[in-house]
Amino acid sequence: MSGSLPDPAETYRQEAAELLDMLEQSLLDLDHRPDDRDLVDTAFRALHTIKGSGAMFGFDSVAAFTHEFETAFDRVRAGLAPCSRALVAAALRARDHIRGLIEAPDATDPAVGDTILSALHAAVSDDAAAPAPALPPTAPESASASPRTWRICFRPGPDALVNGTNPLLMLEELRGLGRARVTALLDRVPPLDAIDPESCYLGWEVMLETAAPRSAIEEVFLFILDDAAVRIEPPSDDTAAQAEPGPAAAIAATPDLAEAEPPSVVPPLRPGRSDPDIGRVGGSLRVQAERLDALMDRVGELVICQARLHQLAGAGADPGLTAVAEEIGRLVSELRDTTMGIRMVPIGSLFTRFRRLLHDLSRDLGKPVELVTSGEETELDKTMIERMADPLVHLIRNAVDHGLEAPDAREAAGKPRAGGIRLVARHAGAEVLVTVADDGRGLDAERIRAKAVENGLIAADARLTEPEIHQLIFHPGFSTAREISAISGRGVGMDVVKRTIEALRGSIEVTSRPGHGTEVTLRLPLTLAIIEGLLVRVGRGIYAIPLSAVEECVELPPDEASRGGFSLLSIRGALVPFLRLRELLRTGTAPDPYQKVVIIAAGEHRVGLVVDQILGSHQTVIKSLSRLHADVKTFSGATILGDGTVALILDVAQLLEIGQAEEERGRAKLREAA
Amino acid sequence: MAPAATPDQAVDVLTLEIGTEVFAIEATAVREILDLVPVTEVPGARPFVGGVINVRGRIVPLVDMRLRLAMPPAAPTADTRIIVLDIALEGEPTAVGILADRVNEVVQLDLGMLEEAPRLGLRWQPEFIRSVGMRSGRLVVLPDLERILT
Repeated sequence: MSGSLPDPAETYRQEAAELLDMLEQSLLDLDHRPDDRDLVDTAFRALHTIKGSGAMFGFDSVAAFTHEFETAFDRVRAGLAPCSRALVAAALRARDHIRGLIEAPDATDPAVGDTILSALHAAVSDDAAAPAPALPPTAPESASASPRTWRICFRPGPDALVNGTNPLLMLEELRGLGRARVTALLDRVPPLDAIDPESCYLGWEVMLETAAPRSAIEEVFLFILDDAAVRIEPPSDDTAAQAEPGPAAAIAATPDLAEAEPPSVVPPLRPGRSDPDIGRVGGSLRVQAERLDALMDRVGELVICQARLHQLAGAGADPGLTAVAEEIGRLVSELRDTTMGIRMVPIGSLFTRFRRLLHDLSRDLGKPVELVTSGEETELDKTMIERMADPLVHLIRNAVDHGLEAPDAREAAGKPRAGGIRLVARHAGAEVLVTVADDGRGLDAERIRAKAVENGLIAADARLTEPEIHQLIFHPGFSTAREISAISGRGVGMDVVKRTIEALRGSIEVTSRPGHGTEVTLRLPLTLAIIEGLLVRVGRGIYAIPLSAVEECVELPPDEASRGGFSLLSIRGALVPFLRLRELLRTGTAPDPYQKVVIIAAGEHRVGLVVDQILGSHQTVIKSLSRLHADVKTFSGATILGDGTVALILDVAQLLEIGQAEEERGRAKLREAA
Repeated sequence: MAPAATPDQAVDVLTLEIGTEVFAIEATAVREILDLVPVTEVPGARPFVGGVINVRGRIVPLVDMRLRLAMPPAAPTADTRIIVLDIALEGEPTAVGILADRVNEVVQLDLGMLEEAPRLGLRWQPEFIRSVGMRSGRLVVLPDLERILT
């Protein structure tokens, strides 16, 4: 097998994972709309493909188990059994079991599988009837149709074996449909010395006597790509209804003519069909994530290089060079946008994962939950979405476990018994806001306060505003759960959520109304790779500030310019603390005569950064600092400027924190002085 | 950075000078040698890794061994070079730039001639040194870079 081809087993795992997700979604939907035929069909198709390709790629235990699953489920498809809650529950467990069989076959217990299967069969059996026997998936249809004879001519492409196709398994699958007579077509086999052992020269003709419909036969050939030739000729008695009339029908009726000249030109089976299991969905293409990462890196380097070219062209007086530099600048920025666009994934893919989580949480905690999602189409960088998953899982668990009251308590409070969880995503400028909200009891400020005092986080007489108290829940080691539960009390606190979000250069806000619920909002940048930055000079150093955090720039009032230490600045009526970056970064230089203040904000917090000079905006390709600088908290990364030198990126969250701490100290001093 | 001993127990090393000392760094760890490039100061970092440089689009920390090994500081000269190394720090492959007053040559060091660092007679902590040897009548020091940098 050539090295450039992906491992077929790995491809199967990926595809199966998607199919399992599809199955899970359909099952969860069926829980609400048990009569939806489309959902039943979708689930069935997913099962069938998992089974079929599982057998093809050697996942025999998967195929065997899924076959039983499919058999049970087929009774629902055939309308012989209702799609009950018990069935959905058993089917969801069966789906998890399949995943286990694929991902960690050694760790799965066959006994568990058997239990699940009996539950499945019990869920679909009629009152008296025994569990459905393991019949081929199409068996129920045979009740109405009588066997007919199909002529199937099948020639895999020369690369079929290299691509991992096993014709033998397909023939076996055909045999499973009914009585089959298989004849090998040897006419294209070259002389021995010309045979390439990895090529496939054979073709087969199968006379299949089956009651299964044409679609069942076609499904056998689902995985044969365009390079294979498959022809399925209908039984002679209904050729009139089919698209292939003429001599073929006569041949079909006469099995003895199997050795007759096979068709030389046969159309591929349904080319361009849009089944996810072929790895190509409609006009889309599956690409490995690492390749996209590599592409993004290259584009990042190109952006840096282009900035340099721009600077050189600007310094020279060659109009031709300037024109080319401008053209390249335009192309690079388009290429950057396109590349970032490729990496954008709708957040809905993440939201759907949470439906199952809520389903299970609701069952385990005995709290009925209604999930409302909106903004699924909001797009975010793929890496961002992946890294957001864990924090969101934690927030949702918290909301259901701690936020929502027990059904009886809700009823007593005049709320519907089912708790409401809202998952909302939306764009706000260069940020995406993701909100997890519940309509539960809300945060108990008194209890949080008491707990914080108990844990020594705040002094017993500390005066804190409500938002400040809410922020305490993000303090490491803080957990308001009165008793450790299996759901939330796992030692992973909200502080981990906060740290994860901050590592993504995002921030987190909480609002809560007692009795009405809690809302946690994550603010995240659209992308991790390239941001718009504001370049400033402090002393001799040049630094970048993420432009999305910059609210405005003002001149430092002359009476403040000469002073040092803590100060507040009045910005349109509000007092904003400010940090003199020259002091913070210990530049040891004299201040510029006209210093500027860059006001940065995240959520409700604002802080001014005093800089010597504002240089302008810059396409900032973010590079991380090495481990040797892990102890430096003031910077979140670095970028490369047009002249090839490095500029450090100021960490907005960190500066806001320093600003607030300074403000606390400053105010305390003022109080002492007063 | 375990010494990759050849069958005849010799190892290729790059020799360089910092102050009055001669150091040897395994040649396989050396990615490239650069002339002095503009260094961006990192305020708040430990003094011996006080800067970063741009190496072909990568941000690489620049290490001044003088400050780590308690040698007197010195201004760069025309011979000053930056040696870019790929080393493992706490198990993570990391690119690091090291300032050297002069880069000499790649030589073969006979592993059998190397000795453990003497406890006395050197100005710096013995754990910073993996081993010492003699070459052309001068003491050559094989530093333990992972210890020096962490």
